[in-house]
Amino acid sequence: MSRSSDFLRRLFSSWTTALGAVLLFIIVVAAIFGPIVYTVDPFEMLGRPAQLPSARFPLGTDVSGRDILAGILNGARVSLIVGLAASLGATLIGIVIGALSGYFGGLIDDTLMRITDFFLTVPNFVLLLVIVSVFTSTIEVITLAIAFVSWPSVARLVRSEFASHASREYVHACRGLGMSHMEIMGRQILPNVMAPIIVVSSLMVASAILTEAGLSFLGLSDPDIVSWGYMIGVGRTVLRSAWWMAAIPGVMIVLAVLAINLVGEGLNDALNPRMRQR
Amino acid sequence: MTSLLTVKSLCVGFPGKRGVLPAVEDLDFHIAPGETLAIVGESGSGKSTAALSIPGLLSRSSRPVVSGSVRFEGQEMLNMPDRKLARMRGPDVGMIFQDPSTSLNPVFTIGRQICEPLRTHMGLDARAAEARAIELLELVKVSAPEQRLAQYPHNLSGGMRQRVMIAIALACSPRLLIADEPTTALDVTVQAQVLRLISGLQKSLGMAVLLITHDLGVVWETADRVIVMYAGRKVEEGPVRRILSQPSHPYTEGLLRAARKEGRDGFLTEIPGVVPPPHQRPPGCAFEPRCARAIAACRAAVPAIRSTGPGQVAACIRAEEGQPA
Amino acid sequence: MTLLKVHKLVRHFPVSRGFGSSAIVRAVDGVDLEIAPGETLAIVGESGCGKSSLARCVAGLDTATSGKVEVEGTDSADMLTADPMRFRRSIQMVFQDPYSSVNPRRRIGEIIGDGLRLHKLVPRAQRAERVRELLEQVGLAADYADRYPHELSGGQRQRVSIARALAVNPRLIVCDEPVSALDVSVQAQVMNLLVRLQRDHGVAYLFISHDLALVRHIAHKVAVMYLGQVVESGDAAIFDQGFLHPYAQSLFDAAPRIGRPEGEEVELLEGDVPSPISPPSGCRFHTRCPQTIDRCKVEAPDLRPVAGRDVRCHRAEEMLARMMPPQAEAAFGTG
Repeated sequence: MSRSSDFLRRLFSSWTTALGAVLLFIIVVAAIFGPIVYTVDPFEMLGRPAQLPSARFPLGTDVSGRDILAGILNGARVSLIVGLAASLGATLIGIVIGALSGYFGGLIDDTLMRITDFFLTVPNFVLLLVIVSVFTSTIEVITLAIAFVSWPSVARLVRSEFASHASREYVHACRGLGMSHMEIMGRQILPNVMAPIIVVSSLMVASAILTEAGLSFLGLSDPDIVSWGYMIGVGRTVLRSAWWMAAIPGVMIVLAVLAINLVGEGLNDALNPRMRQR
Repeated sequence: MTSLLTVKSLCVGFPGKRGVLPAVEDLDFHIAPGETLAIVGESGSGKSTAALSIPGLLSRSSRPVVSGSVRFEGQEMLNMPDRKLARMRGPDVGMIFQDPSTSLNPVFTIGRQICEPLRTHMGLDARAAEARAIELLELVKVSAPEQRLAQYPHNLSGGMRQRVMIAIALACSPRLLIADEPTTALDVTVQAQVLRLISGLQKSLGMAVLLITHDLGVVWETADRVIVMYAGRKVEEGPVRRILSQPSHPYTEGLLRAARKEGRDGFLTEIPGVVPPPHQRPPGCAFEPRCARAIAACRAAVPAIRSTGPGQVAACIRAEEGQPA
Repeated sequence: MTLLKVHKLVRHFPVSRGFGSSAIVRAVDGVDLEIAPGETLAIVGESGCGKSSLARCVAGLDTATSGKVEVEGTDSADMLTADPMRFRRSIQMVFQDPYSSVNPRRRIGEIIGDGLRLHKLVPRAQRAERVRELLEQVGLAADYADRYPHELSGGQRQRVSIARALAVNPRLIVCDEPVSALDVSVQAQVMNLLVRLQRDHGVAYLFISHDLALVRHIAHKVAVMYLGQVVESGDAAIFDQGFLHPYAQSLFDAAPRIGRPEGEEVELLEGDVPSPISPPSGCRFHTRCPQTIDRCKVEAPDLRPVAGRDVRCHRAEEMLARMMPPQAEAAFGTG
């Protein structure tokens, strides 16, 4: 108990982390409860296009007369779910590949790292465009595709952590006791290297949100789902006459990414054992 | 007697969760020119902290709290401005550390690292500095010194690197050399060479040496006087030969038996228990929980340092009563 | 019957030297050893002599390039494929670094209990009880089971490592410099624990160290290694008689010794240990040996019996004649 409260105290000891956490909390609450409380359909054309904010449309309407607030609330769900799921997927792939590579070394390491290098050298977004254009653009495919292009950085990190632990004496002692490689990797080493993995994958949520927004902006995302990127894409055409249409979802993306990055940085500091001494 | 370095009531602490943790408490000592003084102790004794605080080399990120007085030839070194201190390191005070692989910079050549202090402190030009560097490498018995200048630290063995470290420390002919566990990372056959080298250089250059070590054998072979530290305090001080033959503090005595690997019937003589961490030091004598001679009075107050023999002082209220049965 | 028999063990590591060229590190180069049940064999040498590689091969953590290791008459390589858990129960290892040899994220009880769980030695319900027993055997209070390694001192962590090894009731424990990272006053505690456990449980030790004075008290047999080879080996009596091989002698003399008379000239070895990638021709010690003659430079000496021990030196008989008993006595301090 004291360990976890101590951790929380360290985590929120800086005001930037606290700010990020508050922002993130607001966005998450809006994503979960927003569409339940504010039940307007974001696809329905309800009024005159390009209205300024009013009592009926708190954030105005877009070029087709759809409620922007409804779009923002529904888009928050999409952005967060895509971000979390893609980051989780990338982290899992990265842990498996990085752990095998770092723990066993040798030929396994060489093979897996050449594959990783391939993914790292091809620009992510280009690879993503290829995948999305080959498959149908449903939100599931998009999420998987983002995970598929994002794992190499996790794999690199996990590999170096595992390689450093694999040569430590406690790992030799476990092998000497006859412990299986699976158990050594999963139960002995992994808990030791979770801290940096958590930090990287939390920051990856932000980049996944940006990637999804980029795809939506280009009109390559799921056409049946409202996301922030899609809304910017819609507002782009009237940027000069009705700038807020693109600006509102744009600000939301900035806030969400900023919040996640601030929390990620805070996690980094709080989980860093050297900072813990203070 | 003139004194090169005089340390008075030196206290060093590090801020922690539970307030300032004392690392060194109330340490007094002096070093005469040309003398070798050894500070011996186990981990947590504060010996390295004490040595590093003299030339102001304590890591700033640990925010050390230092008080007392450290005078080098009468000049107060504590709270001296950094630029002035930096000018003293080299010509006045040289340092060598335990691990030559981390104290040499891996991206610069040996030549560059030896020449740099020669050029900044002694004002030598490039050619003169190089000639002096070769002399120094010869002095520390590095083979093929001309070729070494162009080599990088990773090209050298551990013993060679430590010799290069000594050459750098000696570059500006310091009057005091502080050696912090200079041979702990080396193999015994190489350790013997390096110790002999330090002793030889000390005699020929007439410099004083402050030797920090955990090894009483090294103390016996190299030092004139010794200070034994335990849990941040000096517990005994005196001439090496006297202290290591007639110790008056029970801790020195235990350390001596442990170092001699004295034993009976396959078992070694041990000191029971562990060194108390800084936040759990007892109010009286810090060694009392581990001491076979402890009495109730030992728990009352930190024992004062008093004379127990010729040139010998110890912090033990039962020093005269001899070894336990 | 012998418990462990090491026969012509060789461990070579290929190393890349860049630009496609490679070299071979001859870490262990033909070592023979034997250990009887309940006995301690000390292997002594400096860094790079191959003692740790040897330890890892014996403990089944590394595979020998050639030669074999037999445990109670069975080839260990065969046992590791046929019945690895039996091998693990026979031989355990205690490591040097008290900070990396226990997993910082696991409780002491879990660390010690791993062996019991993996080898199904006690029913799950009794595991905690057995862990408490093991803790007490190594001199730690039972409540340490719930603590994490960072709450323990170096000496206490070494005790945990010993308890972890002891949990599976091994016949042999390979100790790789188990006390060299500890303070001298704590070293004696851990050494005494090892001796006590040997007397109580009859466990044998392969004790790796760089310190001849330290192993003197616990070793029944000793072998001194230099550049991958044993240069002198015999039973503990040679501590009193004195070593014959010039390297073993230097190793002993070079160690700082309290009470050595002032002015006693000790002949120091010149230079550093040569690289095990290209060991010197002839006798591997000839580049640093004060006794080198021409023959040493060309002809590699064999390990051969001289005066009740095995010595790898052409001039062993001369060394024996030159050695005077009182000098040997003095060299070891207390007798």
